[in-house]
This record gives sequence, C-alpha cells and structure tokens, in this order.
Amino acid sequence: MADKAILFDATRCTACRGCQVACKQWNTNDEVIPQQQDGVKEVNTGSYENPADLSPQTWIKTTFREIERNGKVRFLFNRRSCMHCTDAACVKVCPNHSVYHNEDGAVSYDKDTCTGCGYCVACPFDVPRFTKNGLTGVFTKMDKCTLCTTPGLNRIAEGMEPACVKSCPTDALLFGDRDELVKLGRKRVDDLKVKGFTNAYFYGDKELGGLHVMYVLDEAPEVYGLPKDPKVPPAAIAWQDVIQPMGWAVGGLTLVGLGLNYIVAREAKITRELPGKKEE
Amino acid sequence: MTNHWNDIANADCILAMGGNPAENHPASFRWIMAAKDKGAKLISVDPRFTRTSAKADIYAPMRSGTDIAFLNGMIKYVLDDIEKNPQNYNMTYITEYTNASYLINPDYKGPIELDGLFSGYAGGLNEADASKRNYNKATWQPQRDEKGIPKQDKTLKDPNCAFQLLKKHVARYTPEKVNAICGTPVDVFLEVCKTYAATGKPGKAGTIMYAMGTTQHTVGAQNIRAYGILQMLLANIGVTGGGINAMRGESNVQGSTDFALLYHILPGYLKMIEDSDHTLEKYLERITPKSTDPLSLNWWSNTPKYVVSLLKAWYGGAATKDNEFGFNYLPKNEVGKNYSHIALFEAMEKGVIKGLLVWGQNPAVGGPNSNQERSAMDKLDWMVVADMWQTETANFWKRPGVNPASIQTEVFLLPARSSYEKEGSVTNSGRWMQWRYKCADAPGEAEDDLFMMTAIVRKLKELYSKEGGPNAEAITRLTWDYGSGHPDVRAVAKEINGYDLTTGKLMDTFANLKADGTTTSGCWIFCASYVEPDKEPNAPIPGNRASLRDSTPDKFNVGLFPKWSWCWPVNRRIIYNRASVDLNGVPWDKEHPVIWWQDGKWVGDVPDGAQPPMAVDPKATKLPFIMKPDGTASLFGPGMAEGPLPEHYEPWESPIQNLVSKQQVNPAVRIWRPQEHGEPDRFPIAASTYRITEHWQSGQMTRNCPWLVQAMPEPFVEMSEELAAEKGIKNGEKVIVESARGQVRMVAVVTKRFKPFQMNGKIVHQVGLIWHWGYIGLSTGDSGNLLTPHVGDANTHIPEYKAFLVDVRKA
Repeated sequence: MADKAILFDATRCTACRGCQVACKQWNTNDEVIPQQQDGVKEVNTGSYENPADLSPQTWIKTTFREIERNGKVRFLFNRRSCMHCTDAACVKVCPNHSVYHNEDGAVSYDKDTCTGCGYCVACPFDVPRFTKNGLTGVFTKMDKCTLCTTPGLNRIAEGMEPACVKSCPTDALLFGDRDELVKLGRKRVDDLKVKGFTNAYFYGDKELGGLHVMYVLDEAPEVYGLPKDPKVPPAAIAWQDVIQPMGWAVGGLTLVGLGLNYIVAREAKITRELPGKKEE
Repeated sequence: MTNHWNDIANADCILAMGGNPAENHPASFRWIMAAKDKGAKLISVDPRFTRTSAKADIYAPMRSGTDIAFLNGMIKYVLDDIEKNPQNYNMTYITEYTNASYLINPDYKGPIELDGLFSGYAGGLNEADASKRNYNKATWQPQRDEKGIPKQDKTLKDPNCAFQLLKKHVARYTPEKVNAICGTPVDVFLEVCKTYAATGKPGKAGTIMYAMGTTQHTVGAQNIRAYGILQMLLANIGVTGGGINAMRGESNVQGSTDFALLYHILPGYLKMIEDSDHTLEKYLERITPKSTDPLSLNWWSNTPKYVVSLLKAWYGGAATKDNEFGFNYLPKNEVGKNYSHIALFEAMEKGVIKGLLVWGQNPAVGGPNSNQERSAMDKLDWMVVADMWQTETANFWKRPGVNPASIQTEVFLLPARSSYEKEGSVTNSGRWMQWRYKCADAPGEAEDDLFMMTAIVRKLKELYSKEGGPNAEAITRLTWDYGSGHPDVRAVAKEINGYDLTTGKLMDTFANLKADGTTTSGCWIFCASYVEPDKEPNAPIPGNRASLRDSTPDKFNVGLFPKWSWCWPVNRRIIYNRASVDLNGVPWDKEHPVIWWQDGKWVGDVPDGAQPPMAVDPKATKLPFIMKPDGTASLFGPGMAEGPLPEHYEPWESPIQNLVSKQQVNPAVRIWRPQEHGEPDRFPIAASTYRITEHWQSGQMTRNCPWLVQAMPEPFVEMSEELAAEKGIKNGEKVIVESARGQVRMVAVVTKRFKPFQMNGKIVHQVGLIWHWGYIGLSTGDSGNLLTPHVGDANTHIPEYKAFLVDVRKA
C-alpha cells in the first residue's frame, strides 16, 4: 500500500484554526478550561496563539509569527503536529514497540501497551506529550497525532481524510498518496521561486527519510520554526540499534534503567486491565 | 451580494476593504484562493495587517473612517486614466448603462463651491442645530426633456453632465491628499489604484468584498456609494467575478433583511408606511417610482402588486378592496422619527418603551455604548429573551456593579433551538435560499422560533378577541394558517411564495402577482421559491426549490449552479446581468459569460428582463438597470441624505481636522449624545472594534465552547510596538482602554501588524479591540462596545462602531 501523507501549504493557510478544533472534536480531546476560581485561568499571552504548546489534548496547533521583510510585515502561519517521520526517533526508542509505523506510513501508537516511559521525548520535533499520574507525578501515557488512525476513531480506514484536512476551507491541507503530494509540493515550491520567493522550501521531502506531513513554505524552514536539518538523536539510534538487540536477557539491568517511572506505569496498566475496570 | 460566494473564483482582482474575509468569513477564502490560483490579485485595505492581509498581494493601511477619501482617490485615478487610455476601459458600459451622460440641474453646487456641503443644505457649516442638518435634494436631479426623459450628452464632455461633475468632485483627492487623510503611503496607494483599475478592461472583472468595516460609520452608506461608482466606471457590475459583495455576518442575515428586520421597510424592500399615508392609494403613489421613458422597465412600478399581495398574505379574507386590503391594520412610522437600534435604547432609557422582545440578539454585548444600553434595560417593565443560552442581555439585572434588588424588570428566557434542531430555510449572502432539515433533537424544553412566535400570536389573538384594544383587528384578523398543533414551517414557506387565489395554486413567478387582491405573496422577491409539486417534481421536497441540491453546472460553467437551492429574484444568480453584455447581447467576457443573446433569445443566467439587446431591437429593448427608475446605474445619485456624491467627512470622533473641507463630520448625521463626545486632546488614539475567527458575535455560542475558549481565551486590544513603547506597555500585559463613554480592561497584543499613521506630518496611533466578551459564560471579560458611541450613519443609522477615540494606559 502506498504511503499516505498530508501536504500543508503555508501560502494557502489563513490560520482559521479549523484544524486545531476539528482535531479535538474528532479525537474527543475535550478541554478542561482552568477557571479563575481555581487560581489559574487560560490566558492570552499577547498573541493569537493558544494554547502555548502541544499537550495530551492538543495534537495540532496553528502557530503565528510576525516578521519584517524589506520594511514589510509578514504574518506567517504554520501547522505544528506530529510529522510522521520515516526515520522516527519515537519508533526507534520505544522499548516495547507501542509506537510503530502503520501500513500507511503514519506513526501510530498503542495506548494500551504504552508505559509512559518517556523515551520518545527523543523526537527532534518535540511532539510526544504525556499524561501525568495525579498521585505520583510521573508519566503514564504518551499522546500525539496519529494521522486519524487511532483505533475506534480511524478515519483513514473508513476512506475519509483526517479531521484537520476535512476542516480546511482553503485546501491548505491535502491528504493523499505521498508520492503524488511530493510531486505537487515540489511544483508549488518551484512556482514560488519563480514568483520571487527565493528562500521557498519544500520541507519533509527528504528530512528524516521523508516525513508524512510535508510543508510548502515561502520562507526558509527556520523562519517558520522548523529545524533546518532534523536528526534522530544518537542516543535513540543507540537504543534501537545497539541496546535493544541485546535483548531482554539483560532485561533486569534495562528495567532498572527504565526506573520507577516504568514500574509505576506498568502497575497502573495492570490495574486497569482487571475485568470491569475501564480505562479512563 | 450582487453576485454570490463561489463567483468570487471568477474575479481577476479582489478588493477586500472594510472586511476581513480570512478572519470573519473563512469559508469565503476558498473562492479567493480559487481566483488566486488562476492569477487573480488580492488587495487588502485595513487599518491593521490582518489574516486577510497575510494572503494579499498588496496590503494598504488606511486609518479607520477614511474610506471615502481612499475610494474617491481611486475614482480620480480611474477617471484620469480613462482620459489618457480610454481603450483600457469599457466606455460603452459607462455611456450607455450608467447615468454618466445625464445633465444635472444647473443650480447644483458641490463641496468645492460650498466648502464641503452640497446645494440645498438647511443649515450652515458644522451646523449645531439638529433640525437643520438635512438637505433639500431638488438641485441634485437630472434635467429632463418635455417627455420627462433625462437630458444627456453621450460625449460626456458637457461640464454639467454627471461624468464631468464627478470628475470635478474627485479632483481634490490626489494621492498626496489620500496619504494625508488616510495615512496610506503614496506608492502603495498608486499600486492599489493601478492593480484594481486594470479590471476596467472589457473582459476583466474586479470584485469588492466588504462587511461592517465599511458600513458601521457615520458615512457608511456613502462608502458603499463610492464602491458603486468605482465599479460602474470599471464596468464591474452584472459580470462574473465582479459586483459589490456584502459578506453578511450571520448565516441568515440576508434572509432577515429580505423579511424586513429593519424599521424602514416591509418584506421585499417595500418602503415602510408613514403616518401621512392616510390611504393605500396615497401610500402607493408615494412609494412607486415613475418613468415615462419607454426604454426603462422601471421594475418598481410593480410596487402596488407586491404591497397588495403582501396584505392579502397577512390578512387573507379580511383584506378586501373595501378596507384597502387591511392597509390601516399596519403600523405606520411617524415622519422624521427614528426607530433604529440606537433610538430604541434611547427611548427605553426615557421610559417610552416598556417591554422588549429580544430574539437572537445580545445588545448588552453587541450594542454600541453598551453601558447606556445595559442601564436603559433597567427601565423596562418586562423583557422576553429567546436564545439558546443565558445571555448578558437576559442577565442585565445582575451585571457587575448593579444591585439586582434595585431592578424591577420581569425577565423571561425562552429556550431556543439551534439551526440543527429545526427545519427551515436560510438565505445566504449570495441570496441563495437553502432548505435545511432538523438533524438533532433539542435539549429540554427548547423550541423553534416559529413555535414560540405562534404561541405568542395565538395568545394575543385570544386576548384581543376577548378584551379588544386599539386596532385590535390588526391582530385578530391576522392569518396564521400554519396548522393547529406545532406550526408547519413549510406552510410558512408557501405563504411567503404566495398563491393565486383564483386557482388556489402556488404562484409561479412574481411577474403574475396582481394589485386587485386575487394573489398573495408574503415576500414578493421570494415568489417562485415554492411552486406546485409538478412544477419542480425533482426537488427533494417537490415544489420547494430551496431544497434543490443538484450541482449540474450552468450552460457556460461559470459556477452559477442554477439547480442548487434557489436564489432570489427568480433564480437570477448575478443581478444586473444585462450589463454583462454589449449592445448586441454579446458578453464582454466571452470566457465567463453570465448571459448571451443567441439565436434570438437569452442563454445562461435568468436575464434581468427578457427583452432583446439594445442594438438588436432598439424599440423593444430595455435599459439594463431595471430596478432604477431611469434604467441606468447612478454615478450621480439623487437619493441619499448627505449628497449625490460621496464626500469625505471625519468620523464623529476623530484625531484630526478634515483636510478636504471645513465641514468636519457628515452634515446630515444624527447625534444622540453630544455630551459624550471624546476630544482628541484627552482621547488622542483612534480605535476600531472587530471580530475574530475564534469567536462569534456576542460570544454565547463560542465563549461556552471549551475548544474555542482555549483557542482565544481572553479579550484583547491590538496596538503598535511604537504606541506600546510610548505608553510603557509590554506585550501580554493588562491595559485599560478608555473612551468618553466607558472603559475596558483587556490584554495588550503588541504587534508589528499595527503601525502608527503619518497624518499630514502628525503621528496618529490606532488600536483595535474585539467585542465578543461579556459577563456570562465559560469565559468572561469586557466587550469593546463599552467604548463605542451612540451615533450612526445619516441614512441607515447603523452605529459608528468602527471609528472613535480612546486613550490607553497600563492597568
């Protein structure tokens, strides 16, 4: 099966943020808005951009940047979410293969087996976010965009496009076969260069073996807040290529390495797996 | 809209001015992008750099309230260019389809002679006496021959013709003057002019997308007039990708206007009755335009048919020839009295209005000078609010700072259904009437509007029958034949379409409505929307054309989709389309034709009049602007309160003196609270209010939705880095913004997207506030409308929400 991908064209995005909201709606990522009476309040920090960061409930957000070019203001919008890398650090480091590439090439995860070990923070795009155990303060589960392939909420398997793409009024987001979108993205960037956007860049074509979320940019990636040459951290490579093959024969040591975090999380999981207990 | 949403894709240039489509009409941007994909240019004119500006080819900053100076400057550019390069313009259109050639009354004088005023003004410069702030419009009329037809000079050379008078009028609006008034850099302004004027070439089209940034000014209606003049000169009306397109702020606000939401009209834009209209005959005589020109169709000459059919729809058998079809049952406006939004709240404060029905509105947040409007409600005996939410208006009695015990008003909240919880039609900005079905049950006791209104009417009928009262028959004889149980919304839709009482069948078209009481129509422009089932058998609801969902393209494939829903009038998708063709009926733009005279008949959209083209049959033909009495579009217009041509006046509160004349504000403006005028020495900063994508109007539908509260959690005021530095304000800090009417506490968003304006050597700062917030809901905060004034446009009295003065300080 051909890899699927999302093509985001920053030159078409109007930052309506339909994608940000549609994602929450489809994936039932309901917010608990902190209230004034709780001593905290969701606040405007002097920007259109909120929430400030990705979270277990925010898998995609629109970013806003203001720059000046030749005395003229530009207002740049970007889409921040999981990139679904081919060389995915999170997949490499996941000790029990909870994070994996699905048949479409998207990076999915099995929330039931995720132990919240936190190793996937190796992500060069800083995407995975963790729910904390309220009592111990330690991570229990990882969450991030699954390209709408979360079991039970799998739009792709039903022949639909991801919720964010569906909501986009300007076709700034397209979903389809990666090969086709790569061709389209390259052409759009070429067109932008002809129009005078000399720093135009097609991001995701080659990065990390090819991303499954690709970006047509009219400025250099750094201007849009994207790392110029993202790399899988050496430690992550070591984990998958060296340490993991050593196998669970030295599992005791590994387990110690995982620390309390893992044990607590696993016990929490076992508790939830008891009959009649439903995962929250 | 003269055109419709997806027609924007046909434009060669889009002027987004007084509107922010990316922000407030995000779905419209689909069509802007489609146009841009084909090479169209997008121009964004706005006081600040917006989400629309971010996608624009040209961004032109313009101080709020200076649209006319900007547009007159553009008109001047076009007129000068026409002289130099007439081949780049459609001179046939200008000469034959507009009143450019009309010779105007020789006694007409304009602002050049009268220092900002037009001839016929009752008062003097900057008149203080409100009773003298009006015009006698006699000298604004064209000269007419013995047959009553306007005298014309088709060479457009006569100094007294409309074309030359316009040219003389706008000559003062040089790019340098525009810069001094608007703050728009000269080079940027000229780039806008050049780019937009390129749509004047036959075959090219430019569209204007506007919203409340254009209308909510003391000169709001004249702003639109300026658009009209510009579009006439560029031959952009009636064509695909052209037009003047009001992006309406709510899904059905077009429909609500069509059905006379406003006080000056009856359904279908029939003029409201005045107290001096003692008889139906006198009323019809006053409101029916006349023309003696055989070439003018003068469609409004049919007015009596529409009025009588409306009366028959409302009063049925009780409307007879003997009682003037129930004419005297209807309320009448007192001549000279104002019933607009502001006036109602002023009357409330004075105790004249004792009860208030608030239906889908939230004036405690959305009304101008909200402090006044909130406290005016304290004087009410009762208030009924129909809404989906607990609104600020329904809870005005427990707003911050008041003691609920001191307010005696009895308040009722009727829980309403959302659009998904009821069946009915919605008419969008493009005049498309689209039928919708109920798809979810409403919570609790929520009911639809028709149910609530029916319950009230049934009770009123019962009470008036039993107890009588002044003009009781106006209620007791009202038809309300929508079934005995839950009212049938399809019966209402059929009544709107109307019936032929002789046959008992639904009307086919308003062309067959009669003034003799044998036909009915609840809103003549919607006649043909709901016909007998056999006339539209394939509609999902047979006969109901609003239910059509057939996306078969039109003959020329220009995005009309004539079988998708139904569009008023008579499914004409682009109005004034007779101007889209030359004198032989051949389209100016053969690639995107609206209509085409082929083999002796019109092909394409429903033509504005079926008569043959002007050169094909000069006797039987009609002029293209059929809704105008003389059949031509008005470059020079007689009708408006403050003059036949748009003239720049400063907003009621302005940081600078008017630079084109000594007349500071609109000379016909209505000022309710002169004592609340903010002076620039105390309030030196220009301000405007606006909306954002994440929230909706007064916020109840969005401030109760956690996802949206999170996306935009607090009200804010945007300001330039320069102003923030001057005031010692850091980005994200809380600030106080104050006007002569009130103050708000908001987050400062310090941005590069606002720049100080250079006004005639003086620096003027502008800030922008959003107004979605109030004191009820998941997220609460101040509304920008605590600052806005009770002053309105001289014609429509729409409040001046978009230009006023404030000061800003750290909280």
